[in-house]
Amino acid sequence: MLLRHTKKASESIERKGLTINPAKTCQPVGAMYAALGVHGCLPHSHGSQGCCSYHRTALTRHYKEPVMAATSSFTEGSSVFGGQANLLQGLSNIYSIYEPDIVAIHSTCLSETIGDDLGQIVGKARVEGQIPEGKHAVYAATPSYVGSHVTGFSNMVKGIIDYFAYKTEEVKKQLNILPGWVEPSDMREIKRMLKMMKVKYVMLPDTSDVLDEPMTGKFKMFPEGGTTIPQMASMGDSIKTIALGEWCSKDSAIHLENKCKVPFHIADMPIGIKATDRFVQVVAKAFRISVPDSLTKERGRLVDAIVDMQQYLFGKRVALFGDPDQCISLTEFLVDMGMKPVYIVSGTPGKAFEKRMASILDKKVPEAKYMNGERADLFLLHQWIKDEGVDLIIGNTYGKYIARDENIPFLRFGFPILDRIGHSYFPTVGYMGGLRLLEKMLSLIMDHEDATVAEEKFELVM
Amino acid sequence: MALLEERKKQIATVVGANQLELDCGKKSLAGSVSQRACVFCGSRVVLYPVTDALHLIHGPVGCAAYTWDIRGSLSSGPEINRLSFTTDLREKDVVFGGEPKLYSALCELIDAYKPEAAFVYSTCIVGVIGDDVDAICRRVSAEKGIDVLPVMSEGFNGTKKDGYKVACEALAKLVGTTDVAVPEFSINILGDFNLAGELWMLKDYYEKMGVNLVATITGDARIHQIRNAHKAKLNVVQCSGSMIHLAKHMKEVYGIPFIKVSYFGIEDMSDALYEVASFFKAPELMQKAQDLVREELKDLLPALAPYKKILQGKKAAIYVGGAFKAISLVKALRLIGISTVVVGSQTGNKEDYDLLKQLCDDGTIMVDDSNPVELSEFVKEKSADLFIGGVKERPIAHKLGLGFCDHNHERKEALAGYLGMLNFAKEVHATVMSPVWKFTKKGRK
Repeated sequence: MLLRHTKKASESIERKGLTINPAKTCQPVGAMYAALGVHGCLPHSHGSQGCCSYHRTALTRHYKEPVMAATSSFTEGSSVFGGQANLLQGLSNIYSIYEPDIVAIHSTCLSETIGDDLGQIVGKARVEGQIPEGKHAVYAATPSYVGSHVTGFSNMVKGIIDYFAYKTEEVKKQLNILPGWVEPSDMREIKRMLKMMKVKYVMLPDTSDVLDEPMTGKFKMFPEGGTTIPQMASMGDSIKTIALGEWCSKDSAIHLENKCKVPFHIADMPIGIKATDRFVQVVAKAFRISVPDSLTKERGRLVDAIVDMQQYLFGKRVALFGDPDQCISLTEFLVDMGMKPVYIVSGTPGKAFEKRMASILDKKVPEAKYMNGERADLFLLHQWIKDEGVDLIIGNTYGKYIARDENIPFLRFGFPILDRIGHSYFPTVGYMGGLRLLEKMLSLIMDHEDATVAEEKFELVM
Repeated sequence: MALLEERKKQIATVVGANQLELDCGKKSLAGSVSQRACVFCGSRVVLYPVTDALHLIHGPVGCAAYTWDIRGSLSSGPEINRLSFTTDLREKDVVFGGEPKLYSALCELIDAYKPEAAFVYSTCIVGVIGDDVDAICRRVSAEKGIDVLPVMSEGFNGTKKDGYKVACEALAKLVGTTDVAVPEFSINILGDFNLAGELWMLKDYYEKMGVNLVATITGDARIHQIRNAHKAKLNVVQCSGSMIHLAKHMKEVYGIPFIKVSYFGIEDMSDALYEVASFFKAPELMQKAQDLVREELKDLLPALAPYKKILQGKKAAIYVGGAFKAISLVKALRLIGISTVVVGSQTGNKEDYDLLKQLCDDGTIMVDDSNPVELSEFVKEKSADLFIGGVKERPIAHKLGLGFCDHNHERKEALAGYLGMLNFAKEVHATVMSPVWKFTKKGRK
């Protein structure tokens, strides 16, 4: 019954005001995730208590880790008189009970609509002493009715850079890496690649060793990982910023250039062969080094595996949903393996999406349909699939309804993943990440074949 | 541990007769890492299991995204409640008003799905931008000929508990809108949400006794049953925090009395059956209830014995939504040899905390609206072996090296009733005795 409610696109229901089964969520959760990648930082939600609770729950379910964040606990009074009093009292309480070095405040639809000005309130808190000497408070406006969770992530990273990065006389031979909204495992993998290339870097944010903490028998309010204050400060002196993902990282890179004159390069998230090649090239060029053999070999192993298994990949139709930066690189990767990403939706708005998808798909997969923004939701994706099926679905956990209803293999990828583990530990970026994606896709497609193929066609060797 | 002056009154230690009054029912302090949620959350969880109604969330996308298929409330039929419908308000709607979008979304939905009724949830900014949700609901209701019920659940308008009340108000509008005759021994079950199919077990018990269920609110609920709920003779209310408003309303308007029960643990489960039997003053009901309990216990008690033997002397910490549930848990744990050393809730009331105080051993720490730092300190101080809580407590417990049992939305096995007691013992046993603990520092010591 659950998804029998979806009708074919050809017998579509008229939709003007209605979103069904969204392929996005709202800004604050992204701001919270970004802030967790800063060492000693407590995210703070300036709004009703529920927002904070929902975001913590979503992140907790995705990572199976404690996620700490405070809230201004708005009341009816705050919605009339403004939330200034709540935030001032909140800051004072936070520094005295939880003792963070940094509080990263994000707004909500409520505080934005009633007109709370975070900059002004934080300024007042600094003057009046609610923010103690030597402690920090950064902030970002993250109205839930603009953009999506990706926008919130981007805004918070920008807010953090705005506060901490500054330029001194000394130029530091290091790169700023803005990884965008990827998993702790991905951040760890990007760092591993940079180490292989012997490149110095500052990564912001960095949720490795925060949301993939080992079991120690202790609960740490502020885990070991996260970008440190000296690291963030030094970003103003770096030779270059490499911003991964236009949606996640572009604004922050531009802001850093404006503020500290650090030039930037916007690259796609390094998912798949070509996007990883481009990332490696831009790092090598910025640091004037050649690509180490060890990394070239990793690339070779990925290409080798694709060659070996191409007969199972070629022509396979894929439906994909998620965040624009991930979808763009992943679509390119799928096309490079001979697969056909035929349906792509992202709830996150932004005109560049269509342009990028067109450039990747129009010649090679002319039948592809793609859409982002309002009403680019999982209901639409399901309608498309009902019209003409696919061999694989890729997306966050919410794709499981469609996968079950249509009996299609399903690769969990993106945020949130509420029903499987692995994303915290195994990357999907870089050549090794590509290998993992390939292995997962193949296993799903081949398991499905094993389970459904006629007995006489059931093969031992594949 | 650093404790704010204001928080001290919300924590108490049970010490003999002269106990500190626990200061509950307070708003959370700004700046706290509270485990609590908002009004909308309260309304949404309570109404969510109404399976044949539309649930449209009027607001920015987040409120809908986070409450899409949130709890394992099982349905025996329709599942349209498991889809996520939202107006996805954008900046232009916030500036010019969201009413047109709400109107068109509602009409589109009703035309497409022809539901029995629709709930429209109002979120934080809807209250602030001044959309007249009530008027739109009335208009669509008149045009489409179905009940379209506004749920005024702006998040800032109180706590999750206030959300329960708002949900009850919406349900109250449905109650009494039909008049179908029902058998003599008829009750409603209020406040069970059919997590992991628990309601079906209860239904089975009551039916074996000869008691008919008119409406189950809201586990596996149907609109037509709710409409006829006023025909029952008695409301049996569990999870008293969420449904007590509806029970009180029905007592006032229809003169239907209610009793508060719990289905967790042998004692409370059996009492829930006996109390219904004694209410109807029908000896045959009582006889059947006693037979049922005897029959169930015949298998259950021997099945529990091995678990009790192994778990004897272990210590538990409980932090759940309502304190009423905590009371049952303390008793159920005792049944398998486990003592409770820390107990608390997000939204308990004075009555419940008083009961808890009577029940708990001296030295037990009691806490209202706690946070992770406090909880982890208490757990360490009392060297608990097991934590019982919800989604946000699980990873904290695990990090501390404690076994964990989800007694909230994420329970996967039925924990109510007699079978539930056995499931509970099994689950507690599996987590407390897991060999993984020997790899942790605590285990190595």
